[in-house]
Amino acid sequence: MILESLLVSAPDWAIRHAPVLIPVVPLIMAPMLALSPSGRLSWILSMVATAASFYFALLTLGIVQSTPGGIIEYWIGNWYLIGIEFRVDALNAMILLLVSGMGFLASVFAWPTIVAEVEKQKISLFLSAFLLCFAGLCGVAATGDAFNLFVFIEISSLATYVLVAMGASRDRRALTSAFDYLIMGTLGASFYIIGVGFLYAATGTLNMAELAAQLPALSGNRSVQVGFAFIIVGLGLKAAMWPLHQWLPNAYGYSPSFVTMFLAATATKVALYAMIRWLFTIFNPEFPFEQAIFTFVLAPLGIAAMVVCSFQAVFQTDVRRMLAYSSVAQVGYMILGISIATTDGVSAGLLHLFNHALMKGALFMAIAGICINYKGTTIRDFAGLGRSAPLTMAAFAIAGLSLIGVPLTAGFISKLQLGYALFEHGWWWAVLLVVFSSFLAVFYIGRILQSVFFLPPANPRKSRKEAPLLLLVPLWILALANIYFGIDASFPAGLARDGAVAALGLEAFP
Amino acid sequence: MPAFLTALNPGWLLIAAGLLALFVQVRIVRQVITIAAPILGILLLSGTQHGVDLLTYETLGITMSFYRVDSLSFLFGLAFLIAALLNAIYALHTDNRIQDGMALAYGGAAVSAVFSGDLLTLFVFWELTAVTSVFLILQAGTRAAYFASMRYLGVQILSGVLLLAGIAYVWNATGSLSLTAFTSLDQPGAQIIFIAFGIKAAFPFLHNWLQDSYPKASVVGAVVLSAFTTKLAVYAFARMFPGQDELIWIGAIMTVFPVFFAVIENDLRRVLAYSTNNQVGFMICAIGVGTPLALNGAVAHAFADILFKGLLFMSMGAVLYRTGTTKANELGGLYRSMPWTTLFCLVGAVSISAMPLFSAFVTKSMILSAVASTGLIVVWLMLMFASAGVLEHSGIKIPYFAFFGHDSGKRVKEAPFNMLLAMGMASFLCIAIGLPAFLPGFGYEWLYSLLPYPIEAASYQPFTLGHILAQLQLLALAVFAFILLQRLGLYPPEKPGVILDTDWVYRKAGYGVVRWIDTVWAKLGPALTAIFRGVSERTYDRLVDTFSPRGVLSRNPVSRGMTVWTAVILSVVLLVSYLTS
Repeated sequence: MILESLLVSAPDWAIRHAPVLIPVVPLIMAPMLALSPSGRLSWILSMVATAASFYFALLTLGIVQSTPGGIIEYWIGNWYLIGIEFRVDALNAMILLLVSGMGFLASVFAWPTIVAEVEKQKISLFLSAFLLCFAGLCGVAATGDAFNLFVFIEISSLATYVLVAMGASRDRRALTSAFDYLIMGTLGASFYIIGVGFLYAATGTLNMAELAAQLPALSGNRSVQVGFAFIIVGLGLKAAMWPLHQWLPNAYGYSPSFVTMFLAATATKVALYAMIRWLFTIFNPEFPFEQAIFTFVLAPLGIAAMVVCSFQAVFQTDVRRMLAYSSVAQVGYMILGISIATTDGVSAGLLHLFNHALMKGALFMAIAGICINYKGTTIRDFAGLGRSAPLTMAAFAIAGLSLIGVPLTAGFISKLQLGYALFEHGWWWAVLLVVFSSFLAVFYIGRILQSVFFLPPANPRKSRKEAPLLLLVPLWILALANIYFGIDASFPAGLARDGAVAALGLEAFP
Repeated sequence: MPAFLTALNPGWLLIAAGLLALFVQVRIVRQVITIAAPILGILLLSGTQHGVDLLTYETLGITMSFYRVDSLSFLFGLAFLIAALLNAIYALHTDNRIQDGMALAYGGAAVSAVFSGDLLTLFVFWELTAVTSVFLILQAGTRAAYFASMRYLGVQILSGVLLLAGIAYVWNATGSLSLTAFTSLDQPGAQIIFIAFGIKAAFPFLHNWLQDSYPKASVVGAVVLSAFTTKLAVYAFARMFPGQDELIWIGAIMTVFPVFFAVIENDLRRVLAYSTNNQVGFMICAIGVGTPLALNGAVAHAFADILFKGLLFMSMGAVLYRTGTTKANELGGLYRSMPWTTLFCLVGAVSISAMPLFSAFVTKSMILSAVASTGLIVVWLMLMFASAGVLEHSGIKIPYFAFFGHDSGKRVKEAPFNMLLAMGMASFLCIAIGLPAFLPGFGYEWLYSLLPYPIEAASYQPFTLGHILAQLQLLALAVFAFILLQRLGLYPPEKPGVILDTDWVYRKAGYGVVRWIDTVWAKLGPALTAIFRGVSERTYDRLVDTFSPRGVLSRNPVSRGMTVWTAVILSVVLLVSYLTS
């Protein structure tokens, strides 16, 4: 009903151009921010830009849901079949909504944490890079052109390297992590473009829909298979698929806390989206080699990520790195869901993707709030914060429980769905491993919560120092969303189901 | 009535009021809450539409129906609300936040359970009755009450867990959570639910929690407890297992076996606990018969039982409150100092004995007629025997040993006014629904018109010459037997002692086994612990070596490790695609 009233009230041009405006608005705003004289002004502009994107994403979702067939085709400049197409279906709409929503919340709370962590004269540039990254991620999620996707990936990645490196003022190790990330990210993107090159050679088109139409006839073609391999590995690298995840803990661990929160909630999600798009819409899960990849590569890697990285998270001493490893483990759940290759499996993966953005967003946002007032992010530094910053830490605890998958939280629902899908597929042993990995999550989250709530404060002088209101509000929105979607999951579950149906090329909205 | 009020489950109102009462410090405010909530609940219920889901909620593809009233549940809900009101009045002399709040919430949970429209909601409130009621036992504050309450909680939670397991089975088998009656016990789901209900209904061998806990509860607590739990189970059986043949025999046995225990028991509240078993047996037996007449009888008898059993517990509570004991051998001759309590207790006693003009007569005669019409002569005889037994232990023994008999010399004050008021109201209701309908629509006809099968009920005549004569004969003979036995000194004397019931198996023998295991463990334990610790330490070291920040997986510089891995994964993917195409 909210979407309908938005659609009714929206002007005509907004409805006609909504999909393309989502990345374009921040893309245009980014250079303006770089020129802005005052950091505060550019923060406000960045909020405006992300809010606009969020609005257009909502519009897009509304349009998709009310269009028969559920697909918006938007040819940029009306260069039909020659130019770039933006092609939005239920899956894109979901990811766009997620990215722009999280981007908006991130930019709202950005101000206090950026002031605390970034040098004053660089704030405008920093926010400009953030908007570029945001625009790139939105672009990836909206485009219907294989090469254009690469361009947007590079836009977001280059901005991300900069953002990660900005953490150097707090911790010099940010520079090496940014460098590592640069190498690995470039490697991933190049693999992707190599793969696209192979496919172009075989089909002569870069448009995803065209590719999808031509590929079934070419499934035995070697260059198609090689292209497939390169694309999956390249995107897997971007999505932090185990064991190609090693850039992630460092990048999340040392970048400014604002960047960590934003990246954790969006970046890997978008890469996973691209992977789902390639696996299910462009290539066909019916291809024999793709089925083999699902069973023999993606599923084992997903499970390995779940177990190994949960173990690694247990032994971390730094909270941010612990959560970063946990992120890789969660990506494992999603990839496991995808590798089932049924509507149930993909929708479970997508639901977990959505919920994971909510919980990791909240967790990292709470950590950002802590970083403003307290030094250090090791578990020992967190001792006693439950008494000093009860509101921040209560939200942290809620999101942590959701990460474990406690009933009545969002994490429970998505793990349950994943379990169902695995059972349906006959992989009951994988269900046991999911449970085991959740059990490990009890350990690592429990370690933090125990320190936060049951140990005396490390720094008793700084008692009662709560995060600023600007941060608490979006933080609690996310925390409460974790609970709300754990009780009434119909909205995200519906999005995920429609998204999975759209990805698998079935009729989403008859 | 405005729309939001029609969707308000009176049980929820009670639960909310109970939770509120928990936090209200001012006694008078709390008293107003505890009395106003049941009255409001009755008003709400009186205006409700029947047979409609008034409040539903859908999550994960499961539709939960929180408020649904029909002719079966209506009377139970009404009885529970009346009981909650009487209990609140009875508790007015106390100043105990936890007791007030939990009693109200407990009643509310029972009402909500009765008005739930699906199995899952039933389960939620089923558990809530367990959790809230345990506080009423705890409030007695004695050590014995503490242990009894923990045993009680264990048994009740077991019932809840079994119910949940059964629901899961049913959900899996049929994909539906609706409250449709089971036609047979073939399904494992139905069997598990049957046992879960059976625990709460205190089936033979599952009954010990009742005699264990009720007599140890506080004065008010025992009164509150007597009203809800077993009757909720009766409702559940009437809803899910009407006409299940097994119930006839279980019910018949339930009516008979407590008679023996009750006759020799010394603690009068424990006698009442056994008598609860016995009365529930009548209802279960009737549900097993399952004809409209029998079900009418079961529901009506449950309604009457809540009133007269509550009344008897109230009178014994008053005795306990004033004298500090309910042991038969320490009591006697109290009619001099507590005349009103004596009178009300007698009303309760003749009501439970099914004397014509009192409530149980009009309700139990339906059950007896229904059983008689099935032709099960043995069952009928068992019920007749039990009816005589009821008179023996509840009708005569309780008032005789407490208020008459040998004079204990105790001279105490009359019970507080609020207790007398509650007892008086209960007595009034016991008589009111037992009277013949001098005016159309009053007396027993009022009760009959609310039964699940009102047409069958309207055509049933309790006050026939045959019924009255048979009942009076039975009563006269039972009284005669009591007097004879008493004169000859053959009646079991009132003396303290421990009566072995089947709970000996777990309270003594089971405890012994646990003690034995504990001793063995104390010997073996340290050795096993050492082995276990050795293994776990080695495992932990191995895990740290692998996964910690200084471990194998994190050792190499990131870029070098990862480029190798990327190459590996790429070649794996290429190889797999090559091999499979």
